[in-house]
Amino acid sequence: MTVKTATPDLITLRGVSKFYQQPNGQQIVILDNINLELRPGEIVALLGPSGSGKSTLMRIAAGLIPPSSGEVIYHKTPLIGLNPGVAIVFQSFALYPWLTVLENVELGLKAKGESPENRKLKALKMIDIIGLDGFENAYPKELSGGMRQRVGFARALAVEPELLCMDEPFSALDVLTAENLRFELLDLWLERRIPTQSILIVTHGIEEAVILADRIIVLGRNPGRIRADLCVTLPHYRDRKNPNFQALVDKVYTIITNPDLETVNSTTPVSPETQPPEQKYHALPPVRIGSIAGLLELLEDRSEKDLYRLAQELQLEVDDILPIVEGAKLMDLVELAQGDISLKPIALKFINGSIDQRKQIIRAQLLKHIRLVQQIYRMLEAKKNQRIPEELILDILETHFSREEAERQLKTAIDWGRYTEIYGYDEPSGQIFLELPIAEAE
Amino acid sequence: MTRPLTPANKTIARLNWTWQDGLLILVIIGLVFAIVNTASHFRGSFHGDFNISTDISVLPEYTAQTLIRMGVAYFCSLVFTLIYAYSAYQSQVMALILIPLLDILQSIPVLSFLPGVTLALIAMFPGQRIGVELSSILLIFTGMTWNMTFSFYQSLMGIPHELIEAAQVYRLNIWQRFWTVELPSGVIGLVWNSVMSVAGGWFFLMVIESFTLGKQDFRLPGLGSYLAAAANKGDQKAIWAGLGTLIGVIIIIDYFVWRPLIAWAEKFKVEMVESQDVPQSWLLDMLRRSPTLRVINSRIIRPIKLAIDNGSTKVFSLKPLPVNGKKDVYFPKLINWIFVTGFALIVLWGTWQAALLLRFLNWTDWVTVVQHALITATRVITALFLSLLWTVPVGVAIGRNPKLAQILQPLVQIAASVPATALFPILLLGLTHIAGGLQIGAIILMMLGTMWYILFNVIAGAQSIPSDLMEAAWVYKLSLIQRWRILILPAIFPYLITGIITAVGGAWNASIVSEYVTFQGKVMSTPGLGETISEATAKENFSLLLASTLVMSLLVVTTNRLVWRPLYKLAQDKYRLLI
Repeated sequence: MTVKTATPDLITLRGVSKFYQQPNGQQIVILDNINLELRPGEIVALLGPSGSGKSTLMRIAAGLIPPSSGEVIYHKTPLIGLNPGVAIVFQSFALYPWLTVLENVELGLKAKGESPENRKLKALKMIDIIGLDGFENAYPKELSGGMRQRVGFARALAVEPELLCMDEPFSALDVLTAENLRFELLDLWLERRIPTQSILIVTHGIEEAVILADRIIVLGRNPGRIRADLCVTLPHYRDRKNPNFQALVDKVYTIITNPDLETVNSTTPVSPETQPPEQKYHALPPVRIGSIAGLLELLEDRSEKDLYRLAQELQLEVDDILPIVEGAKLMDLVELAQGDISLKPIALKFINGSIDQRKQIIRAQLLKHIRLVQQIYRMLEAKKNQRIPEELILDILETHFSREEAERQLKTAIDWGRYTEIYGYDEPSGQIFLELPIAEAE
Repeated sequence: MTRPLTPANKTIARLNWTWQDGLLILVIIGLVFAIVNTASHFRGSFHGDFNISTDISVLPEYTAQTLIRMGVAYFCSLVFTLIYAYSAYQSQVMALILIPLLDILQSIPVLSFLPGVTLALIAMFPGQRIGVELSSILLIFTGMTWNMTFSFYQSLMGIPHELIEAAQVYRLNIWQRFWTVELPSGVIGLVWNSVMSVAGGWFFLMVIESFTLGKQDFRLPGLGSYLAAAANKGDQKAIWAGLGTLIGVIIIIDYFVWRPLIAWAEKFKVEMVESQDVPQSWLLDMLRRSPTLRVINSRIIRPIKLAIDNGSTKVFSLKPLPVNGKKDVYFPKLINWIFVTGFALIVLWGTWQAALLLRFLNWTDWVTVVQHALITATRVITALFLSLLWTVPVGVAIGRNPKLAQILQPLVQIAASVPATALFPILLLGLTHIAGGLQIGAIILMMLGTMWYILFNVIAGAQSIPSDLMEAAWVYKLSLIQRWRILILPAIFPYLITGIITAVGGAWNASIVSEYVTFQGKVMSTPGLGETISEATAKENFSLLLASTLVMSLLVVTTNRLVWRPLYKLAQDKYRLLI
């Protein structure tokens, strides 16, 4: 939809990138060349695996974080500092524990300088709308998770924001509470009981996105970029059993589980640069070998090869299952094609093996396919005392990843190496050492 | 109710810092010099020949005066804490200087501030009592404020990120942000550290109120000087009356101030889970339910709050919000550099001046200082060792036995709250006739002042051992020694370290009071670094005072960094119970 419609954009992101300078001078790109318009009257979902920078993108739109390059345009003028028309609902609720429900809701109004009577009136009205009556004087710790997030909503809506940003607002809640709250939010939105013009929701739940959103922006990672911009035309109060609904979920699933797939586009032309710069290290997903083994066992027994249905059957969110699948793929144990997953012969051998045989198989796969493990192994072999400090590996990793990500990568590599007895790790001294063959003789 | 010295009071969790270590030593030298040297610049006279009465009838008046002194000093500490910690929190450049500076200030013994502060203030108000009063307040302040400041800074740095973001998104101005986000986050730490600080204040009060410098007498009427005078005269009745009053006052303050405050501070816990074991205060409940207070609140306090709030939105609303959290957008690089270099120059100048002053010392003086430092170090270690010997078994016994804990904990708390310096005169009465009385006395005093920290922490540690770990030890039939070695000692290790760090710091400070005593008109002393400092103060030998204070500060800072922090880190990493 490059043709300008009558309604002007609320917020436009033009060529927005975000990168951090590492202490060693390396640049870590979080978001790369994002172009995105938010229009009045739509709910937009930012969907992507962890590490795709979706929260960062939302914070840039809200003006909490300035972009490293590119600009955010709000009402036709470039945004400097905080976006005045934005409120945020946080994943952790971010309520002040020492303020009552009413005081929390009044917070934004108070900062605006509204008169005490006025703000109390508005806050009470919002408390009423959001279904919190009777709890005005309660403190957040007295409330259940669902009620707390209602306070979060009431606080955000009380300032009558043009754009309501939500950072995984339902992911800290249990399934039923989340579902209930989602539909209540939809009610408010569809019945126009709140003056909000547009909602931007960050989520990792594919179904959540398909249920709520009018547009789904799928982000990829390394670096974070827009991979797809999908319009959802299904009428609201969508039925999960509806084939169209299922088809859309399937489609999104396919996009997300195939990071190498071409950028999909149904509305706007996205950045011309579709191929991310070649990465020397493939980021290891933070999963345990045990989880991968579990997945393989499950796949053997099941005829269902469709990843989405499998996840649904297991009641796993995409963020839970994807890293496991990715790990298995990296070790060359499974094959992925069009959202279907199938076992490779070596995986069958793994399943039927004894504990020791399994370790041998994974050991071979790791040394063959995982660069980081290979590298650590070679460095250890080269050292006389067969010990290296972890900082050495971290230094190398930090040329590719942020400090925290580097630490996570190392942790995964250590975990995998320990499982397969390729190398061990001494936590107090922070040293990685080669496992001696005696260990196996025992 | 044990007062956990570990979770709420995080004064020692600062493991990393960014200043160059070499420069650190220079900063210490410069700062100690500045403090000590103040003394040599001022020559004031003070003819307050207060006759400190030991009549019991003066006790109420003396107690009131002491309380006012403590109250004012505490108020100053609080204001200082808020301003200092907040500045360090708001500006990274300031933090770069303020935080290491605080570390050093904390290591300088309170009593080394004494001559400089006293003489300067007396010179400012010649012949007036106010000078001595102010100096006593200032000294109590130096004993109270550092740990409070650290605690508040730590709380500020630990505010959950999303709470800050929420404050930004909802556009709270600086004033509102301080009152809704930053101050509330620090309340718990502030309350716990206030309890500790005031206890420390009592400890030094005895010395500060009855202080002589050279031939000058700077005594002030108060509970501390009363006790000192009574001990000097050997007036048993007065001693016990004074001590009784002191303990009474401490218990009353605990009951009517600290307990309600601690119970009230629960409100500011950031954790969203309602905990089981919440501190309670009967007084707080009463106040909260009082209709009178409710009326006062709605008629007087709330309107004032509203007015201030409205005023603040008008004053601060013009300022644009900083875009990105705590990044220093205000300070261009150049100004940073000027700031930092200026500071470095001051430090260098201080070091140079200190060197000039130290010139007056000959080789034997230095040898004495070092020897005495070793002697005092031995004493500190002995006191620590003896304290550990009884506190660990007793603490574990109390901690593992709820019934025992119920009976003993309040008693232990009262015992701990009595400032050791108040007991010292009584101790001396008993010890003067024994050979080497002060040698033993010094160690006992150090223990009296510090073993409680260890005991409290051991109790807390023992209480935190999950009972299934104890059950496992029973099931696998571990012998008594194995049980201690495998389970109990590792489990209480982090608590033990926390207690030991606090205790050792206190012991060094106590050495100044305990190694050199004026008692019944005579000076009694036993060789040690504390003695050197006290003697140099009494004889107005500022070079020696500088040298000995420097050695003590450096010793405290280096042992902190080389021994205690690594141990603390080890405790945090390896021996923390995962629950």
